[in-house]
Amino acid sequence: MIISRRKLIVSGLAATAGASGLAVAARLANRYGLVPPDHGGIYGLGETLTYASQRLLTRHAMAREFPRDQISPRPFPNEVAPLTEDFRRLQAGGFADYRLSIDGMVHQPASFSMADLKSYPSRSHITEIACEEGWSYIAEWIGVPLSEILNVVGIHPQARYVVYVSMEPDTWDSIDMADALHPQTFLCYAMNGNDLPVVHGGPLRIRLPRQIGYKNLKFITRLTVTDSLKKFGKGCGSAACELGYAWYTGI
Amino acid sequence: MATSGSAQLPAEVSVPSPASIGRITKPAPRHSALVRVTHWITTVCFLALLVSGMEIVISHPRFYWGETGNVLRTPLFQLPIPSSRKLVPTGYGYVLPDQNGWSRALHFEAAWIAVLTGLLYLVSGLLTRHFRKDLLPSKADLSWRALMTSLAKPLCLQRPSAAEAFSYNGLQRLTYLFVIFVLFPLVIWSGLAMSLGFVSAFPWSVTVLGGRQSARTIHFFVSVALVLFLLVHVLMVCLAGFWRRTGAMITGRITARKEQT
Repeated sequence: MIISRRKLIVSGLAATAGASGLAVAARLANRYGLVPPDHGGIYGLGETLTYASQRLLTRHAMAREFPRDQISPRPFPNEVAPLTEDFRRLQAGGFADYRLSIDGMVHQPASFSMADLKSYPSRSHITEIACEEGWSYIAEWIGVPLSEILNVVGIHPQARYVVYVSMEPDTWDSIDMADALHPQTFLCYAMNGNDLPVVHGGPLRIRLPRQIGYKNLKFITRLTVTDSLKKFGKGCGSAACELGYAWYTGI
Repeated sequence: MATSGSAQLPAEVSVPSPASIGRITKPAPRHSALVRVTHWITTVCFLALLVSGMEIVISHPRFYWGETGNVLRTPLFQLPIPSSRKLVPTGYGYVLPDQNGWSRALHFEAAWIAVLTGLLYLVSGLLTRHFRKDLLPSKADLSWRALMTSLAKPLCLQRPSAAEAFSYNGLQRLTYLFVIFVLFPLVIWSGLAMSLGFVSAFPWSVTVLGGRQSARTIHFFVSVALVLFLLVHVLMVCLAGFWRRTGAMITGRITARKEQT
């Protein structure tokens, strides 16, 4: 096959334009927070497309809320890892000594007891929690919006993520500021009118109704506000991600 | 297996020469380049979606109708297979290894590529009148007799005639249109209806389907329908001559065939 010079020049120009177009798109996507921390590897393309398109389309969208009569009569408690010695001690004391600490890019690092958290106006929503396996249930989730607590400690303007750590061993995750400041994102301490049962993550669980169940970690004990996830674990944003599970789970 | 007897003629040659008697030559390819490329990308994506989808179902092989469903609720039905989660009662004494991490990642990545490829196919199909020319059945195609003939012939394992290599019969046209414009949109829609982020922006997408668990059950059945289509599709290709038809979908040309019995 003979390729004419014109064809060669045209395809060369097209390839250059395409490559620079992609480079510009990547820069813009990064600048506007459309690239997830686990964008590397063979599944990075899918993860990035999902995260970017959902951030563009659904940044401020509210998770569906349900009428009270649709609350599941028997919420299914998924398996939790065996409780640690430390946790049992706190549980024996009625969680009076349970603390949530906040550090990182905040003006005033702080530590909250359960009573402190409950002193802020409580909010609730009746939303569905859905597991990546396929099952789901609806409950009324009661707590304090994470944005309220972030306001109390004051976050730096360059903050981009909130890392949250569970009392379950090697269990931590993170969310971007769109989710951290979303009005339905709760530090949840009660469910269906009662204290949050330990099997459901009591005394304190993070509740993200726009993300899959495994992102809604139980036994939250520490928050770190940061501008980069590179320093945390392997840098892909969560312990789940290190086990091959996606960081962003709006899908 | 049919093989091409001699070297391919260039596609431009359209005047039958003595050497090409008994050989089918045509200037236009049997399938356009865009149809061929999108066909094979879709094939790869479909297989990836199928494998990863089955893997995900194994973690909860129970299906429900309505908004919610979990092991504390009676399912609509349960697949008689073991599970990769020990809290799912299956009747099997063992639990399969968890493969959901990569399965979900592969499922969504393949879905993205398939949907983008499908959009390209759709737009070009409308612009080039591919749907109208190649897939829209004519009145005659839709006669009861014609449809019954096209159903009976493959059922009697009758090979299609040489003329049929260049066009689809009415039943095939209806089936392709149904897959392209009903099954694929439905499987994409029911899939998106399970995305918590997507339904927060478009809540009607899941409520119209009857709730999250209904969407999941619909997704399952549409996938089963697509697998049945795939099986029949491959059987028909085998009946017509696997290598010849597959070659046509790769190179665009129908190669010479040794005359059928």
